[in-house]
Amino acid sequence: MSIFEYNGSAVVAMVGKNCFAIASDRRLGVNLQTIATDFQRIFKIHDKLYIGLSGLATDVQTLYQRLVFRHKLYQLREERDMKPQTFASLVSAVLYEKRFGPYFCMPVIAGLGEDDVPFICTMDCIGAKELAKDFVVSGTASESLYGACESMYKPNMEPEELFETISQALLSSVDRDCLSGWGGHVLLVTPTEVQERTLKSRMD
Amino acid sequence: AQGFTLPFEAAFSFPQTDCSPFASLAVSPLQPAIGTPEMGDSQYSFSLTTFSPTGKLVQIEHALTAVGSGQTSLGIKAANGVVIATEKKLPSILVDETSVQKIQLMTTNIGVVYSGMGPDSRVLVRKSRKQAQQYFRLYKEPIPVTQLVRETAAVMQEFTQSGGVRPFGVSLLVAGYDDNGPQLYQVDPSGSYFSWKASAMGKNVSNAKTFLEKRYTDDMELDDAVHTAILTLKEGFQGQISGKNIEIGIVGADRKFRYYIEAIAYGLWLN
Repeated sequence: MSIFEYNGSAVVAMVGKNCFAIASDRRLGVNLQTIATDFQRIFKIHDKLYIGLSGLATDVQTLYQRLVFRHKLYQLREERDMKPQTFASLVSAVLYEKRFGPYFCMPVIAGLGEDDVPFICTMDCIGAKELAKDFVVSGTASESLYGACESMYKPNMEPEELFETISQALLSSVDRDCLSGWGGHVLLVTPTEVQERTLKSRMD
Repeated sequence: AQGFTLPFEAAFSFPQTDCSPFASLAVSPLQPAIGTPEMGDSQYSFSLTTFSPTGKLVQIEHALTAVGSGQTSLGIKAANGVVIATEKKLPSILVDETSVQKIQLMTTNIGVVYSGMGPDSRVLVRKSRKQAQQYFRLYKEPIPVTQLVRETAAVMQEFTQSGGVRPFGVSLLVAGYDDNGPQLYQVDPSGSYFSWKASAMGKNVSNAKTFLEKRYTDDMELDDAVHTAILTLKEGFQGQISGKNIEIGIVGADRKFRYYIEAIAYGLWLN
């Protein structure tokens, strides 16, 4: 079993009309045994920027701590929040620093940029950025997620419809993956508010 | 015989009960007595910027004197851009004036002019350019003017607190245009920096500043600012001012810093 499949994970982000949604599963496993059903994979960097990290759980936590550290210093020095594009470049640089001994994490970055234009991107574990206009996925359930998102996604969805779509895509994909699931966690971010919801799903 | 890298090391190892007749010949408490093998080392091995009893760093004062005797340079921040200018007096008519360039780019939208020792400014510009590029490589965003000024100032401060180095003998005027609009900063040899609406440095600084104080208005346009800058230089110019012996750098809302090694190229021949 590969190191990326040790803990199991599923993360997806989607762009809507002046909003974005980012969702993840909640399982933390050790190979085939489930250890926790409330593991946090999506983290806030600032009010309009979130990062979801899939892959090895210890690297998820450490990488998040390192990135928050860098962002806090940036906020203190420059007296402003990082733009999502800037943050994505930073994550890419941080990952590439460990090119020959990488963090086993695949980040999904989602944020509202200047003029509240939604921005999403993903990258591999050594920082190869991939921008997208519609959705990005990552984790052990990524293949199922690609299929589900491709068929369910429509451009310019309103927040409520976007929430429905991303939740359905997540739940149907993790049902096809034994290593992820056990609930879902969805964040819907608009210029004015953030809605955080937990999904009830098959607990297997 | 160990070399002291920091003054306090010397203070701790100085013999407190030296009653020899030569003790009084030691020049200061931080130097060993004359005639000992340590004497030659210590002249060079502690920081040149040790505090004087009056609380000053004498080397920095001397560096500021070096700046004050350099050729005048000035900068003016207008509502829609910044202009920096300097007089360019060449030592002889045989010098190829097209090869002399005092105003330099730090990034495509930030330029700098100096007063003082030219070679020192080249070192600083080199370091600042590298820092600006490192910032861009990390964030894929051009460095804000304040951040670049802060890092340049940090370099200058390092050289006032390290062993075996001297402070830079230049003050820099950094002019740039970024998301926060036009900005003008002065950085001193001590590493302190200030944001100015208009400032001058070098030989004629007090006259130039008085002139600028009278002429400066908050809503000045860039063209007016350039005109005023040239007039200010003309005030203190010894000899015949011409388009060929002043250098001008301008950055406007287009965020492209342009320099003109002969002001005549800008079409502002002033007489």
